[in-house]
Amino acid sequence: MKTKIHRLLTLLVIFTSAVVWQSCKPKAPASVAMGDAASKAFVPPGKYDEFYNVVSGGFNGQMSIYGLPSGRLFRIIPVFSQFPESGWGYSEETKPMLNTSHGFVPWDDLHHIALSTTNGEHDGRWAFGNANNTPRVARVDMKTFKTVEILELPNSGGNHSSPFITENTEYVVAGTRFSVPVGDKTDVPISSFKENFKGYISFISVDPTDGKMKIAFQLKTPGVSFDLARAGKGKSHGWFFFSTYNTEQAYTLLEVNASQKDKDFIMAVNWKKAEEYIKAGKGTKSKAKYAHNVWDEHTHTGVSTIMDEVLQLDPAELKDIIYFIPCPKSPHGCDTDPTGEYIVGSGKLAALIPVFSFTKIQQAIANKEFEGEFAGIPVIKYEAALHGEVKKPGLGPLHTEFDAKGNAYTSFFVSSEIVKWNVQSLEVLDRVPTYYSIGHLSVPGGPTKKPHGKYVVAYNKITKDRYLPTGPELTQSAQLYDISGDKMQLILDFPTTGEPHYAESIPAELVMPNSVKIFKLEENKHPYAALGEGQAKVERKGNQVHVYMTAIRSHLTPDNIEGVKLGDDVYFHVTNLEQDWDVPHGFAIKGASTAEVLVMPGETQTLKWKPLTTGVFPFYCTDFCSALHQEMQGYVRVSPAGSNVPLKFSTGKIDDQSSGAGQ
Amino acid sequence: MKTLKPLSRLVVAIAALLMVSAYFVPLWQILMWAPQYPEGLEMDIWINTITGDVKVISALNHYIGMKHIEVEMFPEFGYMIYIVGFLIGFGLLAALINRRFMLLMFSLLLVATAIAALVDFWLWGYDYGHNLDPTAAINIPGMSYQPPLIGTKQLLNFTAFSGPDIGGWIFVVSGVLVLSTLGFEIYTSKKKV
Repeated sequence: MKTKIHRLLTLLVIFTSAVVWQSCKPKAPASVAMGDAASKAFVPPGKYDEFYNVVSGGFNGQMSIYGLPSGRLFRIIPVFSQFPESGWGYSEETKPMLNTSHGFVPWDDLHHIALSTTNGEHDGRWAFGNANNTPRVARVDMKTFKTVEILELPNSGGNHSSPFITENTEYVVAGTRFSVPVGDKTDVPISSFKENFKGYISFISVDPTDGKMKIAFQLKTPGVSFDLARAGKGKSHGWFFFSTYNTEQAYTLLEVNASQKDKDFIMAVNWKKAEEYIKAGKGTKSKAKYAHNVWDEHTHTGVSTIMDEVLQLDPAELKDIIYFIPCPKSPHGCDTDPTGEYIVGSGKLAALIPVFSFTKIQQAIANKEFEGEFAGIPVIKYEAALHGEVKKPGLGPLHTEFDAKGNAYTSFFVSSEIVKWNVQSLEVLDRVPTYYSIGHLSVPGGPTKKPHGKYVVAYNKITKDRYLPTGPELTQSAQLYDISGDKMQLILDFPTTGEPHYAESIPAELVMPNSVKIFKLEENKHPYAALGEGQAKVERKGNQVHVYMTAIRSHLTPDNIEGVKLGDDVYFHVTNLEQDWDVPHGFAIKGASTAEVLVMPGETQTLKWKPLTTGVFPFYCTDFCSALHQEMQGYVRVSPAGSNVPLKFSTGKIDDQSSGAGQ
Repeated sequence: MKTLKPLSRLVVAIAALLMVSAYFVPLWQILMWAPQYPEGLEMDIWINTITGDVKVISALNHYIGMKHIEVEMFPEFGYMIYIVGFLIGFGLLAALINRRFMLLMFSLLLVATAIAALVDFWLWGYDYGHNLDPTAAINIPGMSYQPPLIGTKQLLNFTAFSGPDIGGWIFVVSGVLVLSTLGFEIYTSKKKV
């Protein structure tokens, strides 16, 4: 009897221990949105979102437009990469937009967005984006959501620290990620880094009326890597802050060699001072080859101009333009709060977040509280510039955005979370997990003087199990959090296209009323436009055949073309005669080695086609435009090179009654 | 010869002057909605032209063989300015001459013009809706597309509405003023007898 009880007790002990052991194992964090989350992100069918979310496309080289809070994708705007679905970079008109000093470059990596501001607040005019690979800055017009300008940057080796803007969009900056040898001495040993490699920061002026960009000046800076930047605002307007890494000046295995120093720098630039030096004629003009590509809304054509010089300033000689502020461990984000007083440096390998004070920086400069010099530039004492440190915020801080209530939101890549803290008190207030390993984050209006607040979006680097798996290659994941209360609340998880880095959001009412519906035909100044069917024609100029074609529901004019010969280059200049919203026509021809062209109402776009064999080639409208879209088609006859088939063209003309339609 | 009361003369003059607005605001409107056009398409008829989404409407209507609407299609736009001018002049004259007979004539003239305008509009609508291109892409036997004279009508995927615009309503007001003045004059003169 006793042994039986013993055995039972033993079993019970084992079982209980097993249960206790099991419950001691850590649980995976709760990753589902709870409570009223769905209703907060719900935009009823037919209703509009509150914000336009302008999102960088990363390695797809484009910008995408989402709605918030729904997370719906509205459009991908082609910027630095060819986009066959609209013909961007394939049509004759858009090819010049991708021209560079290296010739035609069909791809790039767009990392950051800057929405234009006036008095530090969103004005809804332009969105800027950077090309990280072949250094460029693009400007997108928020009326047409079209890339209207691309400016290349000479003396740069990767435009990562860009396109951040000053509070009245006076300047867009472009800091190089790679220092590179410049000028006449470019064929040098890589190991001569310290001697020959330079970092350059470009200040691009933006014309306040039409947005036209121009490199106003370049600052020649020591050979380090520039990572991110933010302009001062309010009291710190006139200054710009750049984060740097690799102040070790390593040129190989940067993972180790650029992570040796305890502190790298935040570089403070007094650009008003730079302007004074330029006015005083202290700038030097330097030879440099770079492309400036501008889109003309009336000819619907891009024009590329190769520029040949830039104005440069050397802050090692011209004092008081730049100062270095030590910042722990390879700072990534460098963000100024809405008041312009605080600058947050996020050392991606640091276990704390330093917050610098603009007032203290000014005092330190006035009192010469320097700890020494780096490459001839004064380095301000860390403590002299410091407002304070956020202690134990998380692991791997990257970027910080702000709300209108004095709070900061910092993304943590390693600990995969967003941490909310108070800018004044530096006290950590809340933290939420992200899925997974957040990179950038974005609060609507976060970088402006008047954040709109309400939400924070996490743009993550790792997706893994968030959605139905699609093999090894996955979409990217983003999460939307409601930040209107004390606690951040996850309300939506949505996939994003490309690989978003930075994004901005702007209230719909600042953009929507200006959105263009059609291009006016009477304003179309394209040299090959046919502004009515009566103007449709085919012309031969040597071995070029120009087809002035019109498209209107539901026919192309001309739709029968003969007399094209092998060896000809055929240019289809397609004018969309529609003047009604959302009636684009597309054009594609069999065997074309390019893409289609998608032509908006009132616009003209040109597809170049070189036939390689004789025969009859079909073409058609590719955008389902109308009930008789499928009938919107035609033929081109291609004859041998020496053929005497006359050039002729028609629409609706029946030559032979025994075949075809007609009466 | 019966004369008019001062108030009647004033009202008739005002009614005539109100019609001057016809030169500045649209008289008639045609509105259309379809599933693809929830915001609606609009056509405004003025004294001498037609504005609004005319091109869009024409582009859509060509599928069923309707004519492209052009200002040149309407000879009315050439002489409507004179007719309205004549009406205004006649009204002011009636107020000036101060004879009940003239008021009666003015009333009849207004009513006759209104009827003529509606008949003319109906005839155009009949032709526009029935006189279709036989080679049109969409040909529905027995179907015609005459727009409504006044009110709402379903035409394939479109709901069409036709009715007075601001100028038209001002004309209605003028007409009502003139006719009631006439009634008032007749009523008061009978009472005296």
